[in-house]
Amino acid sequence: MSTTETNKEQNQGFAANAANYFDERTKLGGGLKFIGRKIFPDHWSFMLGEVALWSLVITIISGTFLTFFFNPSMAHVTYDGAYAPLKGTEMSIAYASALDISFEIRGGLLMRQVHHWGALLFVAAMGLHMLRVFFTGAFRKPRELNWVIGFLLFIMGMAAGFTGYSLPDDLLSGNGLRIIDGMLKGIPVIGTSVSSGFFGGEFPGTEVISRLYSLHIMIVPALILVLVALHMALLIVNKHTQYPGPGRTEGNVVGYPVLPVYAAKAAGFFFIVFGVIMAISATFTINPIWNYGPYDPSPVSAGTQPDWYIGWLDGALRLAPGNWDVTILGYAYPMGILVPMVISLLFLAVVAAYPFIEQWITKDRREHHVLDRPRNAPTRTAIGVAGVYFYGILWAGASTDLIAYHFQMSLNHVLISMQVLLVIGPFIAYFITKRACLALQRKDRELVLHGRETGRVVRLPNGEYIEVHEPLDKYELYKLVDYKDYEPTIARPNKNGKITAMEKLRASLTRFYFEDRISPVTKTELRDAQEHADHDLTQKEAQKALEQA
Amino acid sequence: MSDLEKNNEHEEENFEYDGGAAVVPTDKIEDPGLEPHRPRMTDKDPKAAARAEKQVAAMFVVSIIGAIIAVWGYVAFPIIGDDLSNTRNNALWVGVGMALSLLGLGFGAIHWAKTLMPDNEIVEQRHQSRSEPETRAAAVEILNMADNESGISRRKLIRRTMFGALAFLPVPAIVLFGDLGPAGVGDKMRVTMWDRGVRLTRDPSGVPIKASEVTVGSTFHVIPDGLNDLYHKLDEKAKAAVLLVRVNPSVLNEAEDRRDWSYDGIVAYSKICTHVGCPVALYEQLTHHLLCPCHQSTFDLANHCEVIFGPAARPLPQLPITVDEEGYLIAQSDFLEPVGPTYWER
Repeated sequence: MSTTETNKEQNQGFAANAANYFDERTKLGGGLKFIGRKIFPDHWSFMLGEVALWSLVITIISGTFLTFFFNPSMAHVTYDGAYAPLKGTEMSIAYASALDISFEIRGGLLMRQVHHWGALLFVAAMGLHMLRVFFTGAFRKPRELNWVIGFLLFIMGMAAGFTGYSLPDDLLSGNGLRIIDGMLKGIPVIGTSVSSGFFGGEFPGTEVISRLYSLHIMIVPALILVLVALHMALLIVNKHTQYPGPGRTEGNVVGYPVLPVYAAKAAGFFFIVFGVIMAISATFTINPIWNYGPYDPSPVSAGTQPDWYIGWLDGALRLAPGNWDVTILGYAYPMGILVPMVISLLFLAVVAAYPFIEQWITKDRREHHVLDRPRNAPTRTAIGVAGVYFYGILWAGASTDLIAYHFQMSLNHVLISMQVLLVIGPFIAYFITKRACLALQRKDRELVLHGRETGRVVRLPNGEYIEVHEPLDKYELYKLVDYKDYEPTIARPNKNGKITAMEKLRASLTRFYFEDRISPVTKTELRDAQEHADHDLTQKEAQKALEQA
Repeated sequence: MSDLEKNNEHEEENFEYDGGAAVVPTDKIEDPGLEPHRPRMTDKDPKAAARAEKQVAAMFVVSIIGAIIAVWGYVAFPIIGDDLSNTRNNALWVGVGMALSLLGLGFGAIHWAKTLMPDNEIVEQRHQSRSEPETRAAAVEILNMADNESGISRRKLIRRTMFGALAFLPVPAIVLFGDLGPAGVGDKMRVTMWDRGVRLTRDPSGVPIKASEVTVGSTFHVIPDGLNDLYHKLDEKAKAAVLLVRVNPSVLNEAEDRRDWSYDGIVAYSKICTHVGCPVALYEQLTHHLLCPCHQSTFDLANHCEVIFGPAARPLPQLPITVDEEGYLIAQSDFLEPVGPTYWER
C-alpha cells in the first residue's frame, strides 16, 4: 500500500519531488505549515525594521567581498599604486590595501561604498525602527525583552560601524582612534591599562588595526547575528503588533499571509533596499580615504567628523565644559571626559530600561498587541520627543564648527547656544509635544462627536448661514475611539501595611503621566451627540436644504 | 462578526492579567468588525490583470538587462595604472547595472504581490505568550523532578561548591588577556624623545630648523631630530609633535620662571591637545590662538597656551628651547609635564 503511495508522490514533477525529498529527511513540511500562512499586519512603519535587517544582510555580503582583499597590518610600506598623489608616501599595509581595493580591484570601490552606505543605513534604520516601536508602545508586555535585544543590536551596530570605520588606518579614522585613546585614558584607576590593552602598548602602536579587524569581522557580527536570530524568534512567538482599527483586537492579528504575499513583498523589498544602496554607491562617494592620507599623529584637517551614529558621542565631548577637572590625592579626574561618558551611558540606560519603568508606573500587567497611536499616549510621546531632542542636540553638537562656518556665526556662540539648548530644550520639547498630543486627541473627539466639516455652507430660510457636518463612517470612527485609557492611582500600602517611599514616587509618577488625559468617546456620549444633532434644527434644515439643491 | 465572537470567547479562556492604572471601559463603542474588502482593478478586469502581468514581466526583463550592463561595465573598463577615470567608470557602470538588476527584480516582485496576489485581509487568532496551564504544570513538574533526582536544593555542599567553581572558572580566561598590552605605560607616557640638545626638525622631512629661518608670524610643524630613523616612529611622534611659532616678543606674557624657555619670540608648544589628544594644528596669526579642529579647544599662545575656550582643561605643555652654536633650534630638556590627555596617574 505504501509503495504505491510513494510511487505516486514521486511522479508529480520536479518541485513536488524536491519538496518530498527534503521533507523525508528534514520534516520541512512541519516548518512550512507553521510559518507558511502566518499572518503579518501591513503598515509602512513596519518596514523600518525590515530596512535594518536587509541593510545588515547587504553589509555582510559586501563586507565578505572586502575581506578577500583587505590586509589589516600596520607594518609600513611605501605606496606605489595607481593613485598618483600618494606615490612614495610611507603608510601602513592596511591603508595601502584599502587604496588598492578602491583603485585597482574592479568593483572594489563600489563594494567599499556599498559596505559604507549599507552600514550607515543599517544604524539609521535601526534608530528609526526603535522610534517607531517606542512611539507606538510596541515595547509593552510581552515584548520588553525584544526591546532590550533591539537596543543591544543598536549598540552593536554602532560598535560594528566604529570598528570598521577605523580599519583603513587613514588620517580621519586614526584621529577617531586617538580620541578613543584619550577617553580610555581618562577612566579612573584603570584608564592607562585599558588603553595599553587596546592598543598593545602606547598609542597608536602596531596592534590596534588587526584587533579591530577581528572584532569587526568576527566577534561583533557574530553577536549581531545571534541577537537578530533571537529578535526574529521572539517576533514569531509573540506575533506582530497591529495598529488599532475595526476588527483588530488584542486577540487577533489581521493582515496578509507569509506565502505568497509577504514572501514576495519582503523578498522584493530586499532587492529594492539593495538596489537603492547600490545606486547611491555607484553615484555618490563616501569616505574618500585617498583624500585624507595615511594616519599620522601630527596633521589633522578642519571640519573633522565621525560617521553619523557616533556624532552624538562626539557632540557630548564637545559640549562638556572643560574647567571641571579635579585632582584628588594626586590622581586626576578629567571631568570634561567623564561627565559626557556618564551622561551618554545614563541616556542609553534609560532607553534600555524604559519599558520596565513604564510598566512599574502603570502596574499594567496585561499583554498589549494593539499599538497606541502616539497622540493617545501623550506623556510617553512627549518623553520620547524630549529624548530625541536631547540626542539631536548632542548630534548637532558634533558639527558646531561646520554650523559656525556655513552660517558665518561665532563658534563660541554656537557652542554656548547648544549647551543651553541641551539643558532646557528637552523640557520645551516635552511641553510642546504633550500639548500637541492632547490637542490632537481633542480634535479626534470633535470628529467622532460632530463629524467632519464638509466645507459646504448653506443658507437657511431664516437667513442664517451654517456649515454642514458629515458624520464619520463607523470604521473610521472606531479607529479614533479604540485606545486604552489610564488614570492616576493613589499610593497603596504593601503587604506589611506600609506605604513605601517608592510607592509614593510611583503614585506621583502616575499623576505626572495621566493627570492630563482625554478619554475615548463612550457609547453614551456618541449617542447623546447624535441625538443632539438629530434635534438640532439648524443642521436638519441645512441637510434638507442641501438635498433640495 | 463570527470572528469577533470567537475572539471574545478566546479572551475569556485566557489568564487574566491586572490592568493597573488602566481604566476598565464600561461603555465602549462597539467594534464594527473588519471593513469589507474593496476589489482592485485587477480583481475586476481581466484586461487590467493581464496588463499587470506584462508590467511585472517587463520589470524582470529590466533586471536581466541590468545584470548584463554590470558585466559589460566590469569588462569594458579594465584598470589602467595611473588612469583613474577607468576605475571611476568601472564602479559607475557595474553599480548602475547591478542597481537596475536589483531594482527590477524588487519592484517586479512587489508589483506582482500588490496587483495580482489576493489582498483580502485574513484574521488569525492570537494566543497569550505564556504556555498553556497544563504545559506550565508539566514544566514545573519536570523541574521538581530534576531537583529531587539531582538533589540540588537538598545538597547544599554540592550546590555551593559548584557555584564557587563556576565563579572561579572564568578567572583564568580573563587573566589570559593580561598581555594584551604591556604594564607601566603610564610611566612611558611621561617621557618623550625631547632631551637636552635635540634639534627641532621639520615635520615630516626631518630637516633641522635655524632660528633665523623662523620669521615673525610663521609657524612650523616640528618633530625631534632622529624620529624618522625609528621603526615605531608613530608612537614617539604621537607624544613629541610640536608646534613652533614666532611672534613679536612683546606679545608674550611670560611667567618669571619660564622667561628663558623661548628664544627671541620663538615658542614651542606640544601639539597634542590636552583634551583627548587631537593635534592642535590650527594657528590664528592675528589673535595668537591655537585651535584644535576636533573639539574646538582654543589656547592662547600669548599666555602660555592657557585654555580660553572649549572642553580642554589644561594648557598645552611648553617645550623649553634655545639655539646651539650653529644657530639651530634645540630643546633644553624634555617637556616638564606629561603631554596629551589627562590620565589617572598624571
